[in-house]
Amino acid sequence: MALFGVFLALSGANPIDVFASIYRGAFGSWFAWQNTLQLAAPFMLTALCTALPAQLGLIVIGGEGALIIGGIAAVVAALAMRGAPPFAVIVGMMAGGMAAGGLWVGLAGALRAYRGVNETISTLLLNYIAIALMNHLVTGPIRDPEVVNRPSSWHVGEANMIGSIPGMDVHWGLVIGLVACAAAFVLMHSTVFGFAARMVGGNVRAARLAGLPVPLLTITACMIGGAAAGLAGMVEVAAVHGRVSSSLVVGYGYTGVLVAFIARQNPLAVVPTATLLGGINASSGLVQRTHDLPDATVLVMQGIIFLMILVSEPLYGRFRMLQRQSI
Amino acid sequence: MADHYAVSRRSFLKVATASAAGVLTYSWSPLEALAATDLVVGALYVGPKTDYGWNQAHAEGVATLKKSGVKVVEEERVPETVQVAKSMESMIKLDKATLIFATSFGYWDQMLKTAEKYPNVQFLHAAPTVWKEGMPKNAGSYNGYIDEAQYVSGIVAAHASKTGKLGFVGAKPYPASLRNINSFTLGARTVNPKATTQVIFTGDWVLPVKEAESVNSLADQGIDVVTCHVDSPKVVVETAEKRGIYSCGYHMNQAVLAPKGYLTGAEWNWEKLYADYVQWMREGKQWPHLVRGGLKERIVRNSPYGTAVSEKARKQADAARDKFMSGSFVIYKGPIKDNTGKTVIAAGESHGQTDVWLESMNWLVEGVIGSTTG
Repeated sequence: MALFGVFLALSGANPIDVFASIYRGAFGSWFAWQNTLQLAAPFMLTALCTALPAQLGLIVIGGEGALIIGGIAAVVAALAMRGAPPFAVIVGMMAGGMAAGGLWVGLAGALRAYRGVNETISTLLLNYIAIALMNHLVTGPIRDPEVVNRPSSWHVGEANMIGSIPGMDVHWGLVIGLVACAAAFVLMHSTVFGFAARMVGGNVRAARLAGLPVPLLTITACMIGGAAAGLAGMVEVAAVHGRVSSSLVVGYGYTGVLVAFIARQNPLAVVPTATLLGGINASSGLVQRTHDLPDATVLVMQGIIFLMILVSEPLYGRFRMLQRQSI
Repeated sequence: MADHYAVSRRSFLKVATASAAGVLTYSWSPLEALAATDLVVGALYVGPKTDYGWNQAHAEGVATLKKSGVKVVEEERVPETVQVAKSMESMIKLDKATLIFATSFGYWDQMLKTAEKYPNVQFLHAAPTVWKEGMPKNAGSYNGYIDEAQYVSGIVAAHASKTGKLGFVGAKPYPASLRNINSFTLGARTVNPKATTQVIFTGDWVLPVKEAESVNSLADQGIDVVTCHVDSPKVVVETAEKRGIYSCGYHMNQAVLAPKGYLTGAEWNWEKLYADYVQWMREGKQWPHLVRGGLKERIVRNSPYGTAVSEKARKQADAARDKFMSGSFVIYKGPIKDNTGKTVIAAGESHGQTDVWLESMNWLVEGVIGSTTG
């Protein structure tokens, strides 16, 4: 925070004013809160994509790719089910998005489990493959020729969109995100699978000696994480865009990685950190407007936070104060 | 895709006029609302405000508003997604903006949706989009006939070229780009009837590497003047300077980037239009939903001539500009053939600038080397 203040001062802005603006744009009013929560919803889901495999000691950064693939699958599911009642279509889209996202990151998990391929690299590369695949599909097979503005897929249909939570201008994705985080927490802390997964994360050799199916656990954790990010893609499609296009590639997956690390990979802690990051992102426009700063300002702030977390990691446990401060 | 369509911030401003009325309805003090200082203008750009191109041209136009006592809030690099609506709403709710300039082609749909939601705020789109009956009354668009300035650039370019071979780096083969290429070539061919324009489309609005490669490849082919239609002409102009060939700019004046080889350029003159809008607002006039204009309306202009422009070239270019200023000149006057030999405009037929037929141009004029399929 202090570092960011120095950066702001160097950019010619008053750091205190800027922090005030970030607060105003993120949490200062009901309107700001709604914006924040709307942004927080996909972050919660993409953060799980990193946080769940992290229980096994894996560093997965494939949330972006899984989100895109999940979005594509949701559109395809909606198109395949044209004519079905909206509720069925939404369930179908969720299933499609989760399955596709799960398989996508599961693939990286399988490569890790059976071929020893570094999952960080493979998931990163899969992100690019996902983007390329989407570009191919929206300019070819699933392109809606009526959209001239940018290549986009067919629309899933207005009736099949998931609407807003009553009384708020926030879509149901927020609820989905909250439920997913809670479920992930229960999964990790109250089930045999969760216990086994954390054991693998604690000591792989001990886990093997104890007879745990490490490869299977690895793949499953990756699949569940991927499913969460795929669900985020489905939410973006079904609640916001209505179609797949390059609008999906806005870095939600990468912000999710950041959220997961700040939350120290704890699914429950993901909720407040996603909200915090959602708020910082939501305030981006206001910060630019009121202080005449470049749009990358809040990205710099996020980057600094991320670095602080990484730096403080080795110190964790030695100075209890430090970890708190960095958040 | 920031579109280069240069339309209308100005229109936006016009909208601003109306927004003065809007302010009246919900401001606590109607008298105060009348003061221009109470006007908050929001502007959204698709790229950075310092791109030496499309976005900077708009930002400079908006900057002149600040001087006239209007409060300006700006956001750059706003992607053409729901983020557009979010940013607009945030400007309206948190900054109390009553006039919004949406300066990218892809902002149109989101802008119309937001306009419906906030009837007291005025929205203007800088693009060749057309407002139709049934669309929100508080929305409109503005654009300019920048190909008139390209025509003048073509004349200057043909004078400077020794080989008679000109180059054009385009982004996408869409109508406004094709119109720029055609007008540039037609202008050049009034000087040298054998002049040709080699066209390269890079595929997207901001692709610096491909733009540099294109200029290098054009220079290798013996082309000695290049111009372009991309979001940020910086790379094209700088690369041309490095290769020792001439360049004509686009969007705004890039002379500082190429002090030796910069001839002239087709620029937007948003400063003028925006000042007009503020004026209209202060007078409480209703603004039109559609604003278009060229050199005569001073929505576009040419950069001051560079040192390499000869006396003869200056004279002929000035003469062409004067004809545009008097409103008597038509670029698209038959007979005009396309570059496959087909007659597209028959002798005696003429299409004035306001003719919407020109806005769906899908052919390249004789003398252009390249195809509309990119």
